Amino acid sequence: MFTVNPSQTVNQPDATPLDLNRIRGDFPILARTVNSKPLVYLDNAATTQKPTAVIDAVKHVYESMNANIHRGVHRLSVETTEAYEKARLRVARLINTAKESEIVFVRGATEGINLVAQSFGRTHLNEGDEVIVSTLEHHANIVPWQIVCEQTGAHLKVVPVDEDANILVDEYKKLLSEKTRIVAMLHSSNALGTVIPVTEVTRLAHEFGATVLIDGSQSVQHHPVDVRAIDCDFYVFSGHKMYAPSGIGVLYGKEALLESMPPYQGGGEMIKSVTFEQTIYNDLPHKFEAGTPNIEGAIGLGAAIEYLQSLGLPNIAAYEAKLLEYATAQLTKIPEVRLIGTAKEKVSVISFVVEGIHPHDIGTVLDQEGVAIRTGHHCAQPTMQRFGVPATARASMCFYNTESDIDRLVEAIQKTIKVFA
Amino acid sequence: MSELSDLYQELILDHNRSPRNRGKVEAPDGSAQGYNPLCGDQISVSMKMNGDKIESVKFEGSGCAISTASASLMTEALKGKTKAEATELFEKFHKLLTEEGSSIELGPGMGKLAVFSGVCQYPARVKCATLAWHTVKAAIDNEDEPVTTE
Repeated sequence: MFTVNPSQTVNQPDATPLDLNRIRGDFPILARTVNSKPLVYLDNAATTQKPTAVIDAVKHVYESMNANIHRGVHRLSVETTEAYEKARLRVARLINTAKESEIVFVRGATEGINLVAQSFGRTHLNEGDEVIVSTLEHHANIVPWQIVCEQTGAHLKVVPVDEDANILVDEYKKLLSEKTRIVAMLHSSNALGTVIPVTEVTRLAHEFGATVLIDGSQSVQHHPVDVRAIDCDFYVFSGHKMYAPSGIGVLYGKEALLESMPPYQGGGEMIKSVTFEQTIYNDLPHKFEAGTPNIEGAIGLGAAIEYLQSLGLPNIAAYEAKLLEYATAQLTKIPEVRLIGTAKEKVSVISFVVEGIHPHDIGTVLDQEGVAIRTGHHCAQPTMQRFGVPATARASMCFYNTESDIDRLVEAIQKTIKVFA
Repeated sequence: MSELSDLYQELILDHNRSPRNRGKVEAPDGSAQGYNPLCGDQISVSMKMNGDKIESVKFEGSGCAISTASASLMTEALKGKTKAEATELFEKFHKLLTEEGSSIELGPGMGKLAVFSGVCQYPARVKCATLAWHTVKAAIDNEDEPVTTE
């Protein structure tokens, strides 16, 4: 698997430099101002901005092909169905699945995890069984497991992290046992940026026969992901965090597992035939896509993937690693700033606190300067508790950000310190 | 920076730096916990009555400058008020934060609380300014309930 180690990726001989002028021109929103200042958008871990290619793809659906899919015999329905299924194929190729029928379109990573927890978890967990997550999980990878544990009598176990927010693999090994049924872990932390060694996590879980779900919401947009190399059983992510529309996401599952699982929701699309005596469910992946799906969202996701691949994910990873290195160096120079999360391997996310200033106040002053960051607990309250802070300020970068964006961030932080001195 | 100093007025910065009435009142007649799930801010408020008037209100917890200064100024504003007067003041304060321009007509009687008029320009921060007030309202409402030792 490709991981983001700044020192490796920066010097990747085959990484081609990105054309930042062209790229920034691809995102219309980057031209706007906030409080009369050019927008610096550093909230990409919350959601990314959309390139013209994605906006146009969605517009194109409505202007020239809009129809419901998989049923109509008319031209529009055929064209829309083809575009929707082509998007599925693009997703399958992006993460290298064996079959495209292993890709289920969902609303987002959250729905993907809930689907697995309720369809797989509820039918496989028994009293006394254990589900393992990490300290760094987003609430979306905690609460669905708590719910299914409550329903089945299973228990939730948590892998701790060290002071730098590296996951403690030795502690993870101690938690694994014959009781472990499911390991659900994020690929990268939205709050702190830590990249988890998911291939190792998966291999160790499989030694105990446990099933592994990886939440790739903060990974697929940053570097190449190969689910077959990881060998995880499920992988989920959201479209809106990877330059696609919101309301569309992906659940990958190994075919044999998806086949064995009961439907998550019943309705149209997910059936072959319905009588009041018996219903025969549809084949994969349609069995898990009840109701009319987010058609334009899926097509927009396909366009986003095409866009990302045109830039090249290894090139994106190399650029973002360099930007993270620059931002880390610049923020470290401010004495009042303390970084939270300094793991060995990170995606381009920096969480920090400023001595004596609440993150909310930082966020407001920065907004006044046209710099958009996230402040709060980032839907990861256990992570905040682990590091003894109620909240952090978080700058999350991506390939359309520049060193000059980071300089604006630093200036705005210095201004904040002056206001509250 | 003119808009920013509308929000972070000197009085707010001062009460953030040195909050008044921090802590717990002894043998409280009412207390409540407040929580803002949006930002993780937590506050606890305790109050002591003297007859039908509020003798003292104190607060503890962590929050941003707006929420800390609001709690601090609230404890000063509520001293000597009846429960009905306190509730009325909260309603006025809430209007000040949510209805632009209303500070002029609400002005008299608002006293130092008028310093928060800039918050209405920042809808994302209204909850920060009202957290302490919602919490004290809960303390007032359950004043007759036995106080638990939390």
